[in-house]
Amino acid sequence: MKVARAHPLWLAYLLHRLSGLGLAVFLPLHFWVLSYALNDAAKLDAFLTLTEMPLVKAAEFGLVFLLAVHFFGGLRLIALEWLPWSAPQKTWAAAAVAGSFLVSTTFLLQAI
Amino acid sequence: MPQRDHLTVTVQRGGPDAPMRPQTFEVPAYDNQTVLDVVSWIQQNADPTLTYRFACRVGMCGSCAMMVNGVPRWTCRTHVNKVLDGNAIEVGPLRNLPVIKDLAADMDPFFDKWVTAEGRHHPTRTRQEEIAPVDPQAEERQAASAGIECINCSVCYSACDTVAGNPDYLGPAALQRAWTLYNDAKDADRDAILDAVSGKGGCHSCHSMGSCTAYCPNELDPLSAIAGLKRATAKRFFGGRK
Ligand code: HEM
Ligand code: SF4
Ligand code: SF4
Ligand code: FES
Repeated sequence: MKVARAHPLWLAYLLHRLSGLGLAVFLPLHFWVLSYALNDAAKLDAFLTLTEMPLVKAAEFGLVFLLAVHFFGGLRLIALEWLPWSAPQKTWAAAAVAGSFLVSTTFLLQAI
Repeated sequence: MPQRDHLTVTVQRGGPDAPMRPQTFEVPAYDNQTVLDVVSWIQQNADPTLTYRFACRVGMCGSCAMMVNGVPRWTCRTHVNKVLDGNAIEVGPLRNLPVIKDLAADMDPFFDKWVTAEGRHHPTRTRQEEIAPVDPQAEERQAASAGIECINCSVCYSACDTVAGNPDYLGPAALQRAWTLYNDAKDADRDAILDAVSGKGGCHSCHSMGSCTAYCPNELDPLSAIAGLKRATAKRFFGGRK
């Protein structure tokens, strides 16, 4: 029998697992490319011109997205497990974080 | 809603001696019918060899849980019209447990883990002494009381993917029981409880995916109880006491 389990916390768990694995695959590549800065600066510059390509731009967005998802997912888990809060307290805390994130990124985007 | 007169019910048959296979029955539909009513109708009217388990029929005993359309549920209190998929339901034995036969899962591993998690009372007094009063308002007592309505139905245990992936994992119900006793003023051996839940397969194996809390029919919250154990074991590890 197919198991049905698509409730919000389970989906959040799946997202965290997938983003964590995605980052784990990406990080070694990331450091490998950065190592060129020390060994072979010309090669690094050649590689960086690649980042102008739309496909690479899209992939970069994907990585930042993964990191953001995993970062907030990780903070969510830490709060969930380490702060013995009641359900309404959690709702208010989440709303406060989301609100301040919205306001601060709006300012950030206007600044740059 | 159009009035249906029959339901298409697929039940999983088999066990250790015969591989599991689905078998489909047409069952008359009634108002206010539970999944357990449907299974009973099949056993009483279509195939007396169908094996399943129930006792109280009112959500007290925890013996009737089965997988219903992929979700573990107490079948005696699950109304058919809440779970119908079109006009069909699929019923199987609880996940994550060995099958005795057909819809009856073997609950032994589930109960054995309650014992492994020190889910037993460690008394502070003998029966000769006076009963110690308990303050129902105390914070600790409230944490304990939050978990005591567990009916041992194993719905959470079947819902948990960590149990599915790690046969040693004690599971939500046993860990919740340990947390309840840990917060019980009348329990004399809290260190034994923390020892039992901090090893391999203990509370730190839980990934907080919350299927236990999402599906517990009594609306208990093993996820939060396990988080409590994570905090208590971590505090003890770093030398703090509660
Ligand atoms: C950037 C590099 C990172 C990588 C490669 C990475 C990778 C992973 C992986 C593979 C998991 C296992 C997922 C699971 O058990 O379901 C995980 C879990 C976790 N990560 Fe990350 N992570 C990274 C950064 C972070 C950051 C920045 C945070 C915190 C803000 C974080 C918090 C967590 C937490 C709390 C878990 C436990 C999840 C669980 O119990 O299921 N991680 N990480
Ligand atoms: S929260 Fe923990 S115990 Fe509950 S379903 Fe998830 S892994 Fe299992
Ligand atoms: S915690 Fe809920 S789902 Fe789990 S055994 Fe107890 S009553 Fe059943
Ligand atoms: S038969 Fe007792 S809980 Fe369902």
